[in-house]
Amino acid sequence: MALPIYASPMQKIWYYTFRIICGLVFFFLVFPIMVIIPLSFNAQDFFTFTPEMLAFKAEGFSFKHYDDFFTNQDWQHALKNSLRIAPMATILSVSFGTLAAIGLSQSHVPFRRAIMAIMISPMIVPLIISASGMYFFYSRIGLQGTYAGVVLAHAVLGVPFVIITVTATLVGFDKSLTRAAANMGAGPVRTFFKIQMPLILPGVISGGLFAFITSFDEVVVVLFVGSAGQKTLPWQMFTGLREQISPTILAVATILIAMSIILLTTLELLRRRSERLRGMSPG
Amino acid sequence: MSNTNTVLASDGTSLKKSLAKSLRRQKIRALLLIAPLLFFVLLTFIAPIGDMLFRSVENNIVSDTLPRTVKVLSKWDSMSGQAPDEEVFEAFARDLKIAVKSKLHTKLGSRLNYEKTGISSLVRQTGRKVKKLDLDATPSFKDAFEKMNKKWMDPSVWQTIQQFSSKYTDGYFLAAADLTRTSEGIQKVDEDKKIYFKLFVRTLYMSLGITFMCILLGYPIAFLLATLPMRSSNVLMILVLLPFWTSLLVRTSAWKVLLQNQGVINDFLVWLGVIADGNRLELINNVTGTVIAMTHILLPFMILPLFSVMKTIPPTYMRAAKSMGANDFMAFRRVYFPQSIPGIGAGSILVFILAIGYYITPEIVGGTKGVFISNRIAYHISSSLNWGLGAALGAILLVVVLALYWLYDKFVGIDNVKLG
Repeated sequence: MALPIYASPMQKIWYYTFRIICGLVFFFLVFPIMVIIPLSFNAQDFFTFTPEMLAFKAEGFSFKHYDDFFTNQDWQHALKNSLRIAPMATILSVSFGTLAAIGLSQSHVPFRRAIMAIMISPMIVPLIISASGMYFFYSRIGLQGTYAGVVLAHAVLGVPFVIITVTATLVGFDKSLTRAAANMGAGPVRTFFKIQMPLILPGVISGGLFAFITSFDEVVVVLFVGSAGQKTLPWQMFTGLREQISPTILAVATILIAMSIILLTTLELLRRRSERLRGMSPG
Repeated sequence: MSNTNTVLASDGTSLKKSLAKSLRRQKIRALLLIAPLLFFVLLTFIAPIGDMLFRSVENNIVSDTLPRTVKVLSKWDSMSGQAPDEEVFEAFARDLKIAVKSKLHTKLGSRLNYEKTGISSLVRQTGRKVKKLDLDATPSFKDAFEKMNKKWMDPSVWQTIQQFSSKYTDGYFLAAADLTRTSEGIQKVDEDKKIYFKLFVRTLYMSLGITFMCILLGYPIAFLLATLPMRSSNVLMILVLLPFWTSLLVRTSAWKVLLQNQGVINDFLVWLGVIADGNRLELINNVTGTVIAMTHILLPFMILPLFSVMKTIPPTYMRAAKSMGANDFMAFRRVYFPQSIPGIGAGSILVFILAIGYYITPEIVGGTKGVFISNRIAYHISSSLNWGLGAALGAILLVVVLALYWLYDKFVGIDNVKLG
């Protein structure tokens, strides 16, 4: 919607005002995240810019908060826990989720709507309700405060994302391909791994990334279902923010921002690849 | 002769039958693929929710700890204004003695304390004395209890025990609705104790406010993204997706850093001279903090559905309206805006559902004034240990969210949820 040359002054004014408004909203979206990055190099234990930082003097900056993150036992323990829990939860939700998504996108599925509603519900039900329910139920069956309990809880929270992304890729899936494979003598398992899987793989991977980030970023459920032994990175950040607020959080936050940028790029590349594979876009 | 009308499949059965058979096989195959996940979700997610709902009405602590007392107490007339007779006290002494041995009496005390303050210490204190009581050498149990504590002669203590002796109770739900059961029936609690109703109303108001802010800020962005050429809109889309993908804790800590009294925003405003140093804005630990931070966190959930709806509105419609004499504003209001309403609806319900159950962000930036009902639920589950009340509050919140979920499914369809 470029401005036409015959635009009236009023239109010109509105055009630029609109752009400025949009610019401000974009600023609101991105600024809070970006401001963390320079602050994490603060040489002082402050949460605001020191005069030395504003003058760009070298003594105003340091890596000491990063140092703390990599040497502090608590943070390292939390990081290790997060890295132990998230991949397991992802594997569980991706394998169950992909199978179910394939089942759900068959042409005749009884109770499709009800099944779909149940499988999406972990995304809709407020986390605090899921967390308290799991706390009660997992204590009954002896899973509360165990690694397995946290993994199961995180896996079920990731399921809706896998279902949604995989069913979305299956919508564009050409069924005659599987029939052609069957016609040429491939069994169902072979058809799945040779024909269907490579085509829906981008959807599966992006669903997996969603599931991973859900677990990696989750704090409410792990607070209730886990015990001190399962303290994850977000949990450590949460206690840090609530009790003794330490600038190490900003260093951790910067690392996580870098991680989400990498993730975002991967997803975008996957999306393009999937569209190209299915012939939905020329590029 | 009868076979002439029937079409046969290759194996000789009727085509209709073999089609039905293959359809059935297809259905079974689909269900078999779905079954593992369905079972998994039912076990790890639906069962816990069911357990929580059950806890909100469950009440077997009194009947389990005091089985004999409950039985004889049911015959007592609670309206008599007199303490129950000897038989009840004897049963109570026997029950309590067993309970003290397994230390169950403190649990019983704290359960009854939710309904009538003071019972917890009464039971605890009596428990210590009952230990020394010789059951076979007590002439009158009633006198013995009166000597231990005069409060046992108060009929209202026994009324409470009698009221909560059944296996199930609506007491938690009454408490969650700021109601209480007295001898004159269900009544509202005193004005200064009405916290939950106010908290629910505040949660709704704040969620509505956040949803409204998201529409206000999200609409122009979605419009810009939908009307710009593909190349530039893809670049700007990254600015929307980056916060969407950034960890929730990171964004919350960012706001904590920005909004603090000694934080970046206040420092900047002081430096500009807009506000005096001693007069810094109170941006955190109140409603303002929660609304600002949560609008930022939920804004992408408004922009993405709005964008996908606006993308389907052909730009030619606006041009047609203008060629027929509408000015820019008129063309937007009469042609574009009505077509974007489904997007506003989808985004609003999504943002509202997410906002109403938020816990982390209000906990950190909300202080005491800017917290939601979720924070109260968490408090009851992990600090006050009044699980029943926490579960009842959760059940009410769940009903609200499920109603909205149903609305969303009806108007948007859960299959149409798009991510990223």
